[in-house]
Amino acid sequence: MSHEVVEKNVGLMMVLILIVVSIGGLVEIVPLFFMADTTEPAPGVHKYDALALEGRDIYIREGCYVCHSQMIRPFRAETERYGHYSVAGEFVYDHPFQWGSKRTGPDLARVGGRYSDDWHFAHLYNPRDVVPESNMPAFTWLFDNKLDGKDTAAKMKALNTVIAATCPKCELYTEEEMANAQKAVAGKTEAEAVVHYLQGLGLASKQW
Amino acid sequence: MSAFWQGWITVLTVLNILACFWLIRWTIKKRAGEAAQGEVTGHVWDETLEEYNNPLPRWWLYLFYGTLIFAAVYLTLYPGIWKGVLGWSSHGSQYEAEMAKAKAKYDPIYQQYAKVPVAALATKPEYKEAREMGKRLFLTYCMQCHQSDASGARGFPNLTDNDWLYGGKPEDIVKTIADGRTSIGMPAHAQLGDEKVHKLAQYVLSLSGRASDKAAAEEGKNLFMTVGCAGCHGPDAKGNPALGAPNLTDNIWLYGGSPKTIEKTIRDGRKGVMPAHKKLLGEEKIHLLAAYVYSLSHK
Repeated sequence: MSHEVVEKNVGLMMVLILIVVSIGGLVEIVPLFFMADTTEPAPGVHKYDALALEGRDIYIREGCYVCHSQMIRPFRAETERYGHYSVAGEFVYDHPFQWGSKRTGPDLARVGGRYSDDWHFAHLYNPRDVVPESNMPAFTWLFDNKLDGKDTAAKMKALNTVIAATCPKCELYTEEEMANAQKAVAGKTEAEAVVHYLQGLGLASKQW
Repeated sequence: MSAFWQGWITVLTVLNILACFWLIRWTIKKRAGEAAQGEVTGHVWDETLEEYNNPLPRWWLYLFYGTLIFAAVYLTLYPGIWKGVLGWSSHGSQYEAEMAKAKAKYDPIYQQYAKVPVAALATKPEYKEAREMGKRLFLTYCMQCHQSDASGARGFPNLTDNDWLYGGKPEDIVKTIADGRTSIGMPAHAQLGDEKVHKLAQYVLSLSGRASDKAAAEEGKNLFMTVGCAGCHGPDAKGNPALGAPNLTDNIWLYGGSPKTIEKTIRDGRKGVMPAHKKLLGEEKIHLLAAYVYSLSHK
């Protein structure tokens, strides 16, 4: 087979190109689908309850990930400030994950329990009320918008599909949880949902 | 990682490198009937577009070999197809080494100060460095609620005024930082109705000598004794550090001291929480933090 054969047969060239470009993925990505570290929940990590799930969606909607990462790297400078570095098994319920890539504000992977609920409410309403130096925007509308919970069960069902496909040992949402989901969140403000979500971030790492 | 996947990675990686080497040798090989170097190959496109049979530029070829050598060296030194000569790992050796180095450097300093009582660290001139360290810790871990100058914010106590919810002795401060304070909170008293809440607020105002409606305050005083206020704040309204119940007679207000705010506090209740920091900070850092906090009100 010569160069000319490859150049003149588009089908053959496609197959060869596919083989070449797939090597990296086969070596670096595929094994991760079968490793315990990446497919099993880290100790103490549980699925989001209904309110946290809604809070997480608001976190995504408001683009919190643009300024806040959720990924503590194994450097002393980070673990001293935030706590235990992040491990893969913490993100098994995160679809999509909220690692982020830029810290205008601090990392939030260990924010659960770090401040009181009151602090979070004050801070979301107007960050400068508690941290005068802050340049975070105020999220006042979160206090007016109320959740109706109409889609919460459907979100759980969708997540079940993804979680079951990627994490065999993960908890799935039960029929009962889906049936009670709307009741659990309806009438709560979006701020309550976000704070509930934030207060759960990284709690598992406290026992490591 | 299981043996299968380790094998998978090893075989694919090694084959890939060998294949690259084979590919470059194979394309370099001279073939029968091939045009001589520098001649046109005989391929013609678009009527006039011809191709010369020129070799790969040397610099490019050597770079290609260079990447193969780099791969071999890298995989020898670092984990990839085996654990590597250097035994490196991101959160194993490298992180541990960084932490151990810091521990060796800073632990003696922390330990030296851990033996000195908080009050001495806070006040004696020779411990200025300890207070500076405490300040740095404060600015990292505490300023989000208590402000960078420790003057507090609405709902988050001022630490400079020597007025304490849970006691201001050094051991109280250490306990507050280490274990946190989850107060039972100020319960809501909306069930009393607006009128009684108003009277109670007037009485509370009168306690610190603020302008208040005398008659309402008098009735408020009776209410204060009977509806449960005295249970936490004490009959003299001087508070109770065991419960975190504030002194109402000192005109220092955690949530604001306007008549309206006081009424809101009585009606809706309050519940301040100081989170625990023992796990995150450890005792020695808390010791320094307590010394810095103590020093703020004991200059």
